[in-house]
Amino acid sequence: MLIRHPAEIAPSEITPRGVFERRREFLKTAAGTTLGLALQPMSEVFAAEKLAATTPSPFSTLEKPNSYKDVTTYNNFYEFGVEKTDPAEHAHTLKTKPWSVSVEGLVKQSKTFAIDDLIKLAPLEERVYRMRCVEGWSMVIPWLGLPLAALLKQVEPLGSAKFVEFITAADPKTMPGVSSRVLDWPYIEGLRLDEALHPLTILAVGLYGEVLPNQNGAPLRMVVPWKYGFKSGKSIVRIRLVEREPQTSWVKANAREYGFYSNVNPDVDHPRWSQASERRIGEFLKRKTLPFNGYADQVARLYAGMDLKKYY
Amino acid sequence: MGWHVVFNPTQRQLSALKTALFIACLIPLARLGWGLWYDQLGANPIEFITRSLGTWTLKFLLITLTVSPLRKLTGWHWLLRLRRMLGLFAFFHVVLHLTAYLWLDQFFDWQAILKDILKRPFITIGMSAFVLLVPLAATSNQAMIRRIGGKRWQQLHRSIYVIAIFGVVHYWWLVKKDVTLPALYAVLLVVLLGVRALWREQERRRQLAVGAPMTQGRGKITAPQ
Repeated sequence: MLIRHPAEIAPSEITPRGVFERRREFLKTAAGTTLGLALQPMSEVFAAEKLAATTPSPFSTLEKPNSYKDVTTYNNFYEFGVEKTDPAEHAHTLKTKPWSVSVEGLVKQSKTFAIDDLIKLAPLEERVYRMRCVEGWSMVIPWLGLPLAALLKQVEPLGSAKFVEFITAADPKTMPGVSSRVLDWPYIEGLRLDEALHPLTILAVGLYGEVLPNQNGAPLRMVVPWKYGFKSGKSIVRIRLVEREPQTSWVKANAREYGFYSNVNPDVDHPRWSQASERRIGEFLKRKTLPFNGYADQVARLYAGMDLKKYY
Repeated sequence: MGWHVVFNPTQRQLSALKTALFIACLIPLARLGWGLWYDQLGANPIEFITRSLGTWTLKFLLITLTVSPLRKLTGWHWLLRLRRMLGLFAFFHVVLHLTAYLWLDQFFDWQAILKDILKRPFITIGMSAFVLLVPLAATSNQAMIRRIGGKRWQQLHRSIYVIAIFGVVHYWWLVKKDVTLPALYAVLLVVLLGVRALWREQERRRQLAVGAPMTQGRGKITAPQ
């Protein structure tokens, strides 16, 4: 297994200046300055984590992350509309506090975690991951999160549990896109249990060292970097351990175009477009798409012996 | 014949109108240029440019197809004098759209482009629409009309109906899931083609009723729509 040496400078430190300036506001807030205190109460929780300077993860890529602006203004989050700019415009209505996640199904003990408790299950790590969208574009994003395995360990999955189902928020009052029938709500995603337990799979709660903005799936979302972006469900409310492969939203929408596995694979084209290359946001020339989005060394063994053209 | 319509309002007024329309037709492109210069096209400007040029091609096609029904409804025969410019603006935008795809999107990777054209139905149909549009643009001048003759020119230019259908299908097939916008273009196109079919049918029946003994009229080419 190839493990890259961690960067000497954490990517969170090569943040665009504007974001840095906003961080200082965070510190002020944490210090008890009245200014801005009411604006982002949750940031106090994370400001402490931020100051604790999470250790760089060996799983992080050394590639240059996309700007905070790119990551937070070009999103697919159909609960807020189908245009890339919709989530940034409309997601402010989502109430992310209080928020809790129930973990249930084939487990020894079902549990419900308040978000503030959940983030204490393991030290938050910065993970700079490539993100490849099924539409043919990609970004590099410095997430902040914890391994999903740390959460699953808490409920002790039973031997009969083979898959994990992720059910996300679908509140028509705060999520205007839910009133459209473009997908079957709530948005459901799923992983095989071994995929869910893989150390690359994280629950992200932050971005660029800050609390996750609503449009990126606040307060917590999946990040499965070797799969197309839609596999990483946003604003998760329920996690179920199940025996059978979950019926995910995109498979229900179009099983021929979107498979359950949806591993990034340049050799398996989308029926309507090629997946051989991708446009990294911010770049002019396209790049070749890598098998498993460049994480083959870590995850290819999960699919040993499987026909990836059949299990796309 | 449509292009022989006598223009009643003054020539000067028509010229002014044409100039104003010409400038108005450049606004979408100007806005795109402005947005590019001031970095207002979002995180993926290449996609934005390609999509915008594509949808403006469709808009110009639909506007061009609106001229003739509008003329029939209003009796403003001079509208026809603006149609060529609108059609050529549709062609202008599709050339830019195709250029954006070949250059910005694929960067002249001819192998990938050829694969796209052969394997991706939405690109196959889009490219077909472009190819079919080329002869229309090439014959959009008085000299060519004279050279090939009015009737044949008219028959040739009826392919605009197929081109518009191809264009909308091209859009429909490329969207990931939400077909609201392509559906909107499709509805407009159905209306524009529907009124033509309706009027043609009415005209045929009228001719049959009037000249029952001379039924050969049925096969005659009707007035340009």
